[in-house]
Amino acid sequence: MSENNPTRQSNLPDDQTFERQLARRHTRSGVWRGIFLMSTLMGLIALVALFGNVINEAFGTVAFASKLTESEISDVPLSELDGPALAALLGEYAPRRLRVIVRDELSVVSAAEFTTVPVSVALAHAEMPESMADRTITELSDEEVIQLLALNLSADQLYDHVQTDVIGLELLKSWPLSTTLFDYATIQAEFDALVEEKDPPNPHLEFRSWLNWDFVTGSQSSYAELAGVRTAIVGTLWIMALTMLIAFPLGVGAAIYLEEYARGGGWFDRLIEVNIRNLAGVPSIIYGLLGLAIFVRTLEQLTSGAVFGVTGVNGRTILSASATMALLILPVIIIASQEAIRAVPQSIREASYGLGATKWQTVWHQVLPAAMPGILTGTIIALSRAIGETAPLIVIGASAVIFVDPGGPFSKFTALPVQIWQWTARPQEEFRNIAAAAIIVLLGLLLFMNSFAIILRQRLSKKL
Amino acid sequence: MESQITIQKRELIEAALTRQAANPQAGLQKRPRWFEQIIRVLLLFSGVISIFTTIGIVIVLGTESLLFFTPPAWIDSFKSLEELAYPTSDTLHVSDASAFVVGDQIRIINEEMLVTAVDLDADMLTVERGYNGTEAVVHNRDAEILLADVVTIGEFFTSTQWQPQLGNFGILPLLNSTLMTSLTAMLVAVPLGLFAAIYLSEYAKPNVRAALKPTLELLAGVPTVVYGYFALTFMTPLLRSLFGIEVVGIYNTASAGLVMGIMIIPTIASISEDALRAVPSSLREASYGLGATRLETVFKVVVPAALSGVIASFILGMSRAVGETMIVAIAAGAGPAFTFNPFKGAETMTGHIVRISGGDISYNSIDYNSLFAIGLLLFVLTFALNVASRVVTSRFREVYQ
Repeated sequence: MSENNPTRQSNLPDDQTFERQLARRHTRSGVWRGIFLMSTLMGLIALVALFGNVINEAFGTVAFASKLTESEISDVPLSELDGPALAALLGEYAPRRLRVIVRDELSVVSAAEFTTVPVSVALAHAEMPESMADRTITELSDEEVIQLLALNLSADQLYDHVQTDVIGLELLKSWPLSTTLFDYATIQAEFDALVEEKDPPNPHLEFRSWLNWDFVTGSQSSYAELAGVRTAIVGTLWIMALTMLIAFPLGVGAAIYLEEYARGGGWFDRLIEVNIRNLAGVPSIIYGLLGLAIFVRTLEQLTSGAVFGVTGVNGRTILSASATMALLILPVIIIASQEAIRAVPQSIREASYGLGATKWQTVWHQVLPAAMPGILTGTIIALSRAIGETAPLIVIGASAVIFVDPGGPFSKFTALPVQIWQWTARPQEEFRNIAAAAIIVLLGLLLFMNSFAIILRQRLSKKL
Repeated sequence: MESQITIQKRELIEAALTRQAANPQAGLQKRPRWFEQIIRVLLLFSGVISIFTTIGIVIVLGTESLLFFTPPAWIDSFKSLEELAYPTSDTLHVSDASAFVVGDQIRIINEEMLVTAVDLDADMLTVERGYNGTEAVVHNRDAEILLADVVTIGEFFTSTQWQPQLGNFGILPLLNSTLMTSLTAMLVAVPLGLFAAIYLSEYAKPNVRAALKPTLELLAGVPTVVYGYFALTFMTPLLRSLFGIEVVGIYNTASAGLVMGIMIIPTIASISEDALRAVPSSLREASYGLGATRLETVFKVVVPAALSGVIASFILGMSRAVGETMIVAIAAGAGPAFTFNPFKGAETMTGHIVRISGGDISYNSIDYNSLFAIGLLLFVLTFALNVASRVVTSRFREVYQ
């Protein structure tokens, strides 16, 4: 051993080198600490960029041109007028468009037949006075057509038509918020160039919040400035409600089985357990393919409502979407519920058994109430995951454009994230703007659900 | 709660007393409890739903993929008959014989035929009529000839062309871009996720950690379609301004991959952090006692000790990246392309499924079946990654007292 000593000695640095190396080691340690902190902050930066980008696109300046201005045709703001008044405006300023609107909105026959058959046939589903029924559309006077429009179209629809057919609002260009705030001169210059080049009637610049009440409550439209997300919101709410209805009892039931009935159980119980954990890792689009093959195709009779006498739809309905979503979030609900049930102290169960309660009585009256805050929180978190899921809905066939709000499990549907995807995919700048506005609506919905989960947990756990 | 228990107790006692009065001997025997049994079965059923789901996934993907690989897909050869063909004639005059080779299966209306000889000069085909049990019938002039395209497993995995209209089904372009976006994502998420985990577990004071951790988790709660929007409207313009508009396409895998990396940071960070925090502090103290700096302790002691958990988090992150759909569907491009250039658009497996199923796709078409073949490969890939991550965690975990 003593022979080794000199070599070991020579490996050690002398004092001066040691000091130098020590200083270097500490510097390096400090630098890396900075790198670690920066990496953590990158998440924060990404989040700020993400939201900032959405806000930047959801507000900004737009250039409009219009054939007429609102004040030229009406003393009160158009949005305050009722249906008949709007229909009258259409008659006054766009008499040639009247019958075209009737055809586009109400006709059930082909364009060729439309002018030759009586209106009671052409507009089979529309309300109309007896006196009009036997005549063709060309035989009706303008006043009668206006009456027809006022009877059958909502104020919203008529408002859109006044906007497009009378005012002829045309969106020329839109600029994001950042340009509006910091570089307005560019907007002005681009606007002037645009006016010079195209010479549109009544051009003007205005600040626009793409997210506004009309947007939230409006129906779909092929014009970005008139489009709204009501149909998509209604679709999303329907899907969430049905998903909850399917997934909640199944998920909690499975969790109760695994925790209360199958504790330390045999191979089958373990298989279920492992299987649930595997399912949690399956990409959502695979669930979409499963839903497409099983719910949309194989069970089409059921999911289209054909067995209940509903006609005219295929299997691409809200029910199929909800069933698919339910399978998707089932593992999340089961795992969360299992944890909540596991956290209930064993003493409560034993006390219940001691009083002579059966297993189910113990579970129903003691374990479940105690575990409920945890279960509900887990369920809401699972639902808020489902609310943003897009891929499975697209795969099972969310409709691109629907103008009727979904009214039940057997309706065709669209949903908020699907709508965002479709608008994002469009090349025009203004559709990015409304996609951003729709994203804010979606994030608002998510925020609402999550705060609801937090409040619920606090209130319920206080009671216990 | 107290009153609830009292009421319940009283009810139970009263029920027992009435039973006792009705039949003095009943209380001593074990009675079947039908209600309890039914409940138990119902609960078991809820648990079994998950097994059904797995079986459903496997069966659906399996059978539809099998359909994709077995029957010939009939694609348009864009050639037609030049002359009327009688059922007995075994030669066909076609508009261009060079489109066919010996051994091809062709179909006219419902009759299938096997090409046994090709005469290029005269544009004549010699065929075996009524092939596969179909009936030989008369065919008019200008009848369209369909060409069979059997998708073999070999072609599926080796061909670099994915053009369903032309009958080319090679998964490589889709797989390649899936791997490109996923690897780009890992390039971002592995260092950032691991470093964030190290900072949160080793450096951050409790109150700093309490502020930073929820922020990271917030990233995990953002819907993926929002990330897709971010990739297209923020990351792509950023890349284009950095590298030039001619170099970077409007749709490109780099932008999708980078944003996907941001999305995966919380997955890697939170699992890695759990693993790092599970390393006992005695190891750190021993390292400090030997004079190691904090950095040396982190890289030479803590991370190696938590390596199984850290690697498991990487694998799980990769699995999420492979299965991620909306970001790539929006930002990576709509068209299969076999390219290694991250600034070019290339459709991934998930992106392709979304685009094709987005339209009203007809069942039993080759397109419909191809979706399930891609889905099966995707399922196998993610399943293998998930299993790998679990094996790594359980097998290589260092257990400390």
